Amino acid sequence: MSSKSDIEDQSARTTRRRFLQGGAVASGVVLGAGVSAAAETDNLPPHVPDWMKTPGDPMGSQPYGAPSPFEKGVIKNISKNLKQYISASGRTPLQELDGIITPNGLFYERHHGGVPTIDPVQHRLMLHGLVERPLIFTMDDLRRFPSESRIHFLECSGNPGYTKPYGKTASDLVGLLSCAEWTGVSLKLVLEEAGLKPEAKWVIAEGADAAALTRSIPIEKCLEDAMLVYSQNGERLRPQQGYPLRLLLPGFEGNMNVKWLRRLHVAAEPVYSREETSKYTDLLPDGTAREFSFYMEAKSIITRPSGGQRLSAPGFHEITGIAWSGHGKIKRVEISLDDGQSWQDARLQEPVLTRALTRFRLPWQWDGKPVVIQSRAIDETGYVQPTLAELLAVRGENFFYHNNAIWPWRIAADGDVTNALA
Amino acid sequence: MRWRETWIVVVAVILCGSVSGAQAEGPYGIGRPATAAEIAGWNIDIGRDGRNLPGGRGSVSHGREVFAQQCASCHGDKGEGGVGDRLVGGQGTIATAKPIRTVGSYWPYAPTLFDYIRRAMPQNAPQSLSDEDVYAVSAFILNLNGVVGPDATLDADSLAAIKMPNRDGFVGDARPDVK
Repeated sequence: MSSKSDIEDQSARTTRRRFLQGGAVASGVVLGAGVSAAAETDNLPPHVPDWMKTPGDPMGSQPYGAPSPFEKGVIKNISKNLKQYISASGRTPLQELDGIITPNGLFYERHHGGVPTIDPVQHRLMLHGLVERPLIFTMDDLRRFPSESRIHFLECSGNPGYTKPYGKTASDLVGLLSCAEWTGVSLKLVLEEAGLKPEAKWVIAEGADAAALTRSIPIEKCLEDAMLVYSQNGERLRPQQGYPLRLLLPGFEGNMNVKWLRRLHVAAEPVYSREETSKYTDLLPDGTAREFSFYMEAKSIITRPSGGQRLSAPGFHEITGIAWSGHGKIKRVEISLDDGQSWQDARLQEPVLTRALTRFRLPWQWDGKPVVIQSRAIDETGYVQPTLAELLAVRGENFFYHNNAIWPWRIAADGDVTNALA
Repeated sequence: MRWRETWIVVVAVILCGSVSGAQAEGPYGIGRPATAAEIAGWNIDIGRDGRNLPGGRGSVSHGREVFAQQCASCHGDKGEGGVGDRLVGGQGTIATAKPIRTVGSYWPYAPTLFDYIRRAMPQNAPQSLSDEDVYAVSAFILNLNGVVGPDATLDADSLAAIKMPNRDGFVGDARPDVK
């Protein structure tokens, strides 16, 4: 039901599907399903194209808007072979995107009981337990509080696993990752409105979905930077992201950022729900398992060139990718062009925000020879993104969650880019 | 004089009212009080020690019937797994290369089973089983794992008293573990 098998199935199968979609490839740096590079065209000077000789679509033909029909291949990476679709995940096509913000339609999804349709007028948030004043809020109530907007990433903790198959594209590997500007109210303000009792150490959050998904959050995180969120990238949350209300815990594993939030239960100890005992715990080789492992550690991946793409010719190419850390800001990203023997600094795109995606870039001249490229992130705590081998040596293959390994790409002489560890 | 006394009383009442009103409100005065009945209606959280488990009881034999009707199509007739998770077996595998994580081999607390079944199962109709049926299905799954006997009947106290095989198998987060 949860993660391991469906995520693995997904990597293997979506990869094949996307590879087939990407077949219309002619030349240029071919960037996967979304871009159909056209070398041959009738639209050369002095030709004047048809789209200049007739009016375009009138105002109002798309009252909300949609991407160009030529971008219809840029979609979520969803397996067609999931065991079930109401407890499953869909990935962001990271290799198709620029900058650090994930468009809402492409934001990754993970559900445990399907996507509920909730009338915001009917929705309530109840706050109870170790508080002076148990309270019930409407959505209008929550929007009356002082609001704030912040940019943070969100990542599923099983992104990816520690065993093969690892997947072929950046999306297959780490597509359970997205980043948005979130708007809502600081959870601290709402907790203060109810008045925390001194014994309050944890907050148990529950969703209004058919899984009534429940996770326990340390009170320190709730008072540090947690938010009750109602908008994402300027618009109201989409149903897949918890409309009308979700919890956001910057830098914590995605599952804890409870969607369709309806209840906050302030308690002295965690509830030890199914999600924090039988799932989202990390099994070590000696048979013990780590529980309450919340933070997503520093990580990065090159998205261009990346698996499934092709370099058309030797010469100049920009290497670019994304880096992030649940522990704060990215301080540095290093890139290796020689299979990890030496490293050089990439340029970080401003703004570099805490617990947000950071875009990095490196200009590069490809000499046309086979090469293995990779990136590693260093965050402001000094933590250095490890190799997969280093992680496996400590954690073994049963660990499953929190795989933040460096991921190398192999570029062949013909320009094909593949997963160097697959 | 009488008027003045009356006025003082009125002012005092207003002040008291506003003072107690201020004590009942947070800094922004947003939201309304949740009543005890409302909290009881929505608070379905069950602590690992069984706290908040409801009344009622259910037997392994009744659980076998409910399981066959409500659960077996996803989890298999004997909890061997299918579209839904495998629920049975795996004891002794957790430290091997092929760990099988089930209720019997991995879950640390039995009350969590009641909590999860009640809130999320069956997947097509969560929160539809009676508390008695949830106790019964919990008993049946625990019996399939050899944790309780075939004649067991579970209620709040007996479910909370169960020591699960892997209760002591969990440790804190030791990261950063690679430097």
